[in-house]
Amino acid sequence: MAADQSTAAGTALTGEQVARQVVLPFKKSVEIAFKSIQARFFRSMITTLSLVLAVSFLSFVNVSTDMANGLLTTGDPVVRENLTAAGYDIGPRDASVGSSPKQRWIVILSLLVCVVGIVNAQLMAVTERFREIGTMKCLGALDRFILRLFVLEAGMQGVAGASIGAAAGGLFAVLNAWIAFGSVALRVLPAGAVTASILSATGVGIALSLLGVLYPAAVAARMQPVEAMRVEQ
Amino acid sequence: MTQIRNIVRVSKVTKTFKLGKVLVEALKGIDLEIAAGNYISIMGPSGSGKSTLFNMIGGLDKPSAGKVFIDEVDIAQLDAYELAWLRCRKIGYIFQTFNIIPVMTALENVTLPMTFAGMNSDEAITKGIGLLQLVGLGDRFEHKPSELSGGQQQRVAIARALANDPAIILADEPTGNLDLTTGEEIISLLKQMSQDRGVTVISATHDFKMLNVSDQVVWIRDGLIDKIEDREELSISVGRIGSR
Repeated sequence: MAADQSTAAGTALTGEQVARQVVLPFKKSVEIAFKSIQARFFRSMITTLSLVLAVSFLSFVNVSTDMANGLLTTGDPVVRENLTAAGYDIGPRDASVGSSPKQRWIVILSLLVCVVGIVNAQLMAVTERFREIGTMKCLGALDRFILRLFVLEAGMQGVAGASIGAAAGGLFAVLNAWIAFGSVALRVLPAGAVTASILSATGVGIALSLLGVLYPAAVAARMQPVEAMRVEQ
Repeated sequence: MTQIRNIVRVSKVTKTFKLGKVLVEALKGIDLEIAAGNYISIMGPSGSGKSTLFNMIGGLDKPSAGKVFIDEVDIAQLDAYELAWLRCRKIGYIFQTFNIIPVMTALENVTLPMTFAGMNSDEAITKGIGLLQLVGLGDRFEHKPSELSGGQQQRVAIARALANDPAIILADEPTGNLDLTTGEEIISLLKQMSQDRGVTVISATHDFKMLNVSDQVVWIRDGLIDKIEDREELSISVGRIGSR
């Protein structure tokens, strides 16, 4: 087929290898994905918002536990009493607190709801963009280009949403501890554990965003280019 | 330009769709040869199988039986990668609804197929600007589709279709969403591109304005070719067709 290349009037490309390929450079895909988010900023923001909320909840719960543990290290009986009064389940000899099973369940549930929300929003985004995807396919895009664009978009939304959510949740947890237990909470703040909690919440958020886009992206990638021809919509 | 060379050959093509439990025969055995460099109009009422035939030629759909050759390559034999290559390099598509990608500027729309074809970015931009100037949009390449009129969008689409110097341009009702004057401008632009660049233009249309510029008109009726008229025969009967 490459030999027929000469039939196309004034082909600007030279070389058999170049003539055979269909490519979308990674840098270009990032650019397209970014522009796509920019152009639909409000929509992307709403999709991202559910992620922000779920991740900030996760981050809040984990950082609060870290703060409580920090407070426990003071060994001050008053602080211990205050912690119990605030609802932490501390036995008389416990040197640390963990999150309660109930808390863990609520966090897991909120994350599940968030993933379902992302799948829903991304499926709608795919339906809305059927013609755009079909057009790209008519222009020579392979299935994997489309898949990559959607995964990149979700990745960007994930990074933005998860980091904002984790930071907000962590900050709120620290403020909450400060208000509830006074400045002692800040003095014994376990910086390492808090940072680790925030980072892990960010990681979970990004993973959820990518998980949520897999099915919608596959739907988009499998779409037939003939869809671009359909007039009604 | 070699007149004898066939760029598209359709051989005994039938297409059957399944609508619920009923089988609908959209195409009932079409034989068609399209010479390179010609301007072809496929005419026919809605539901005549016109669009189905058109999609077959564009490699967007596969026939139930029979074969479609583009440049003597049987498209049924191609895998997904080769089909994408064919769409990228050999065929330029123009749609009734323009289908300019809304998040990209005019220039980005035109350079996208070149990016797919592996052209480097500077070269693509130079060529893209050249093509936009060619279609009369030299000063509007940084505009988003929402800032362009229908006719201007269709011009961008024509520039985009020409991006990789295809052998064929497939235009599906290119004037369907345009007013009379703009439609005429688009038709003459397509004709000019076909003449200047030797591109075969195949358009499916209802628009009788197309007849004036067509080298050949293929009339489809009930999934069969009704008649194929060359330009000379047409000019005699145009008055009658127009008044019909």
